[in-house]
Amino acid sequence: MYNVTCDVAIVGGGPAGLSAAVAAKKEGAKKVLIIERDESIGGILQQCLHPGFGLTYFKEELTGPEYAGRFAKEAIELGVEFLLNSMVLEVDNANNAVICVNKEYGMTQVTASSIILAMGCRERTRANIMIPGSRPAGVYTAGSAQRLVNRQNEMVGKKVVILGSGDIGMIMARRMTLEGAKVLAVIELNDFLAGLTRNKVQCLDDFGIPLYLSHTITKIDGYQRVEGIHFAKVDEKKKPIPETEQFIECDTLLLSVGLIPENELTRKAEIKMNRITNGPEVNQYMQTSAGNIFACGNVVHVNDLVDNVTTESQKAGRFAAQYAMNTLPETVKTAQSVTGSNVRYLCPQSVDISEKNETISLYFRVLQPELDVTLVAKSGGTIIAKKKRPRVNPGEMEHIEFQTKDICDENVTVEVVKEG
Amino acid sequence: MVKTDVVIIGAGAVGCAIARELSKYQVKVVVVDKRDDIGGDASKSNSAIIHTGYDAAPGTLESQLVVAANPMYDKLAKDLDIPFKRIGAILPAFTQEQYDKLPAIKEKAFKNHVYDVEYLTREEILEKEPELNPEVKGGLYIPRESIIDPFILVQALAENANENGVDFMLNTEVVDIKVENGAIKSVETTNGSIETTFVVNAAALHCDDIAAMVGKADYKVVARRGQFYILDKNTSCKVQNIVLPIPTKITKGKLMTPTIHGNMLVGPTAEDLDNKVDVSTTTEGLDSIYADVSKMIPHVNIRDTITQYSGLRPNRNPEGLHVDVYDDLAGYVNLSGVRSTGLTLSVAMGKYVVEKLKEIGCQMTFKEDFKPTRTGIPRFHEMSREEQEKLIQDNPLYGTIICRCETITEGEIVDAIRRPLGARTVDAVKRRVRAGMGRCQGGFCGPKVIEILSRELGIPTEEVNKNLPGSHMIVGKNK
Repeated sequence: MYNVTCDVAIVGGGPAGLSAAVAAKKEGAKKVLIIERDESIGGILQQCLHPGFGLTYFKEELTGPEYAGRFAKEAIELGVEFLLNSMVLEVDNANNAVICVNKEYGMTQVTASSIILAMGCRERTRANIMIPGSRPAGVYTAGSAQRLVNRQNEMVGKKVVILGSGDIGMIMARRMTLEGAKVLAVIELNDFLAGLTRNKVQCLDDFGIPLYLSHTITKIDGYQRVEGIHFAKVDEKKKPIPETEQFIECDTLLLSVGLIPENELTRKAEIKMNRITNGPEVNQYMQTSAGNIFACGNVVHVNDLVDNVTTESQKAGRFAAQYAMNTLPETVKTAQSVTGSNVRYLCPQSVDISEKNETISLYFRVLQPELDVTLVAKSGGTIIAKKKRPRVNPGEMEHIEFQTKDICDENVTVEVVKEG
Repeated sequence: MVKTDVVIIGAGAVGCAIARELSKYQVKVVVVDKRDDIGGDASKSNSAIIHTGYDAAPGTLESQLVVAANPMYDKLAKDLDIPFKRIGAILPAFTQEQYDKLPAIKEKAFKNHVYDVEYLTREEILEKEPELNPEVKGGLYIPRESIIDPFILVQALAENANENGVDFMLNTEVVDIKVENGAIKSVETTNGSIETTFVVNAAALHCDDIAAMVGKADYKVVARRGQFYILDKNTSCKVQNIVLPIPTKITKGKLMTPTIHGNMLVGPTAEDLDNKVDVSTTTEGLDSIYADVSKMIPHVNIRDTITQYSGLRPNRNPEGLHVDVYDDLAGYVNLSGVRSTGLTLSVAMGKYVVEKLKEIGCQMTFKEDFKPTRTGIPRFHEMSREEQEKLIQDNPLYGTIICRCETITEGEIVDAIRRPLGARTVDAVKRRVRAGMGRCQGGFCGPKVIEILSRELGIPTEEVNKNLPGSHMIVGKNK
């Protein structure tokens, strides 16, 4: 077995891994190694040729490869090392090691003082949502189609229906249209958009692509290639209403029905997982229940913007470096993040309080869209932070900031309160 | 024109098992199938169980073949490198009515010469299967009920037959069978005429259409659809045994079992169709599986499903498994009614058909150079780190993981394509090495598998099919 030793080992060279690596280096970690399964770094951003990245972080609009490129360049300049074409098979927690496979070095063991998990997420499939019907060619997840179109130069279909109003789905609606395909409908089960409002405007409205809210696909037709889909309006229980069923002839169905953090390695390493996010539970240092293992990006919870991934991953990088150098603040007590009304989950799930005061950002998603609300953080019955928002949507992440010195019991509760 | 001694129509489990058995003898054999891959229809979408025959109708040919087949699998799996495991089945009884049926089931097993069925007390059955509904009163244990990789079973039989001289003509549909002076003369196909003395009709779902070509269609095939769920390997509720329901007068019912690769399989439905093609799944069908199985396994977590599929069992009307030869038609063997037990009984059927062919005049002289073993595709993810290391040293393609969910390497995929009777489609790759069979269902590896198929076969990506001809995945290049 080929052996490598480093201070911080990072599993995944996408936006999360790259941001974490840069931050770890800047914090003073000597040897930082990114293990990446692809032949190049950048992760999923490599296939995101559209603009819209970096508006929050860089205050300018970049494409996916441009955004990833900035961090890649910085990582290379800072001397971050890379093990490409390397798939991690196991995080061997007991031995502080990561086992991966590489065609050049064969089986490889990377031993590190701290490990950052940044594997990203995968797409929910047709089977996850149990669409009945036959199983012809032409049913793709939006991300797979995006890879084929944007990285492999292959067109996947001509007459397209998209199920789910996730961001990748809407982006692909525009992309397929620009490549000459006819996008006939975007169908969404909920009565609200799953992705960002700006993507609806720029990718659907501008191209006259109809969006059907509160609808779902009831059957796929075709044995060789997709020949069409049946879809219907749904009732309050999200069950299709038979008399509203319509048929669209098409050769392709793209699915943008949600993302699932890819945590097979995390589970195998017996790290404590969160039931709602499907990611590991972390504290504000992005540290998991295995103290030497940190996690960041979509492996922890599915983010709306890559900019948020960067901010979060920089924390993981910084504190993983501190862990490796033995300078991570000593915890005096721990407070749990508790979800209040209209809050689906909170990340980080817990806050470690040390002697030093820290500013904490809790990120979350709401359950239901609402207008004119106040985000409130409470501890021991006292309000420790609040923030007004003109509107909140499940498709867009919210966050609230507070000081650790203000935490006065074991919990911090966050709720979304309707004004007036 | 192709000239042979025996033509086998159909490259499913039964066709390939007959071919492998015949390959032990000095006869020339051609297997034809209209698909572009071996594996048939029913043989690739079933519950992947090797039955004991405990519940067959005693005294029937079906009972005889299933009971004979079960013990053959230990050696066969070893010789042909087929994933196979004897995990055993349990039949839990939850109501008094069900409990009262157990003696009759045990007695029927005895009549079928399955002597090792045992009663289980409530405590014993719950210890064997903690996920059972605690209302269970007791049940039966059928130790030799087993699980197998059904795809590899057929591939292994076919590859071994091929290595021992059997020719396969795929993408070849039989359009007619010529008879002269009451004897088989030739099989006419979309790829030309095959002159032959013997024909074995193992066309399963389409065996009545084939039989009609020689005027022997005195029955009809009725496709009985079975829908299934496959659950994630990480699902929250797993069983250790094949959990079978107590059958009712109407149906054998729906089961839950581990698969040989560690997933959970739940199903099937039983719906008689008026056609032979509709392998759709339906909401009603899938819902009925949950409704029934959750009575036995209350915590079964259907939301952990990674795929759902349907298979068509080639039932027969009038019912019953038949292997027919005819006084007025020399050289013709007709198989019909090979239904849900077909996968299990295939290997016994191979031996049975050889004897039938002997009876009707086919000379069987044992081949002294018959090679009984086959080496399968290496299964990287099942190996020790040392074995993996060695494999990559010998061939660096094993150092690239293509399917991340199932940990399938490029080396395995390339082997699946390059070996005799190799994969030509994305699904054919999947059936050989499991690339795309995991939780992302080919989302990540699909595009790469298309590239590898295109590269290895020297065809444009637009010509790479998912499975059937015309099931292309790519429609052209970008603008």
